[in-house]
Amino acid sequence: MNSQLRRRIASAALIIGFFVAWEVLCLAFGIKDIVLPRPSQIVVTLWQRLPAIWPHALQTVHTTLVGFALGIVVGVFLGALIGSSKLAYDVAYPLLIGFSSIPKVAVVPIFVLWFGAGTIPAVLTAMILCVFPIVVNVATGLATTEPELEDVMRALKASKLDILMNVGLPRTMPYFFASLKVAITQAFVGTVIAETVASNRGIGNLMMIASSSFDVPLVFAGLLILAVLGVALYVIFSFIEDRVTGWAHRKDEFAMG
Amino acid sequence: MMHTPIPQAQARLDAFVELQQVTHTYGRGDKQVHALDATDLRIEKGDFIALVGPSGCGKSTILKLVTGLISASSGYVFVAGREVGAEPVRVGMAFQNPTLLPWLTLRDNVMLPLKIVAPFRQEYRSKRRTESRDRVHALHAQVGLADIADKYPWQLSGGMMQRASLCRALVHEPQLLMLDEPFGALDQFTREELWGIMQDLWMTHRPTVLLVTHDLKEAAYLANRICVMQARPGRIIEESIVTFPRPRTIAMSYDPDFVTLTQRLRELIMASRPPKETMQ
Repeated sequence: MNSQLRRRIASAALIIGFFVAWEVLCLAFGIKDIVLPRPSQIVVTLWQRLPAIWPHALQTVHTTLVGFALGIVVGVFLGALIGSSKLAYDVAYPLLIGFSSIPKVAVVPIFVLWFGAGTIPAVLTAMILCVFPIVVNVATGLATTEPELEDVMRALKASKLDILMNVGLPRTMPYFFASLKVAITQAFVGTVIAETVASNRGIGNLMMIASSSFDVPLVFAGLLILAVLGVALYVIFSFIEDRVTGWAHRKDEFAMG
Repeated sequence: MMHTPIPQAQARLDAFVELQQVTHTYGRGDKQVHALDATDLRIEKGDFIALVGPSGCGKSTILKLVTGLISASSGYVFVAGREVGAEPVRVGMAFQNPTLLPWLTLRDNVMLPLKIVAPFRQEYRSKRRTESRDRVHALHAQVGLADIADKYPWQLSGGMMQRASLCRALVHEPQLLMLDEPFGALDQFTREELWGIMQDLWMTHRPTVLLVTHDLKEAAYLANRICVMQARPGRIIEESIVTFPRPRTIAMSYDPDFVTLTQRLRELIMASRPPKETMQ
């Protein structure tokens, strides 16, 4: 795994290099921190104001995870429904594409109208953003089961439920977990959008308030937190994906004979 | 047109599988394909029948009709004395593509039918799961998979996967075994080895087998009776009884009688092919 180690070192070097270059360029051109604060200033701000930022960060993570959980439930249900038959798949697909191509920011005001400003619109926005990748992937995974395999099962007089439990769902797992990685970042985006537009808590709201009072280092501190949280959630779900669906990633293995 | 009341068709008691004047048409309107024309076929219990013929002659259609995966456009299909679908007959199937589940080990793949088919389903669900494992192990030992039962399908060669596929088709002791070109994608040596294994499995378990194949040597090696089919519309044009003693060997396939048989089958199929200009 020498090449993998080298790749990791290169990735880390690129990230560090990016921040160093940022710092150096800001110093060299004398850029004011009200325009673009230096990374060192951002970290200092983050450290000093952590007690104030922390509840907001927790709120954002909490909202994201609740929205994400709802998204999984709704997404798997709809995906299983649509993927269960070729007819349902063909009929529902245009509507699904239509819904998924609506810019989701546009629905936040509607949620605010229905539920008032606060946590609920944020949870719903997170859900609606993350539900589509899950639906599409689960439906595709189910709909692409080999016809011969289905014949084998039907010749065994297996019920629809037997086929779903033994073939359909396990087969869909790689698609499902691949979609979770995308979905969790989407849920995160949804939360922050909704918090920015209509909430009085959360990182999105914090950044909104900070920018209106020209507290630019705090805005960037918020961005940094978002980046770290986003990466952390992504890593957690990639790890789960690897553990659960290792059989689908077998490139490193080789066949005998 | 005459309108005489149709007498309820009766299955002949001595046949395990019987097709009476069965036709099958795919699609409708202009795209209609007449896959099978009024076909009669009788298979005794425990017999081994091969269906050979050019592409599109309805070989696989017969297989699906007998399994109940599709229903006849007209005519009757009987299995075990009842119309297909109503009969309590266990069926096993194997295809050219082994269609093993990549997330299960070979053992679990082969065990799949035991999770689904009665009475094994109850055995599997109760505490007696070891009986299922023993059943799988015995079958694995017979085809030479016992040492690699814990491997995953993608770690194995095509021949090994196909053995597992055959085991999966046989593990629930089916009375009826449907083979749709199961050896078609294998190399010559593996294929001949698997013919031997297949013969062995048939001689010990004695299911009624319907084998669809392009390979005339395979048909002559394995089957008791070979049905030669013709395309467009599909129909059986000749049936040959194969009388070579069992167990048959590869060496036997160089016997003059064996060669004469495969030659004759070949000529029949060539002669029945539609003229060039109508082919696409």
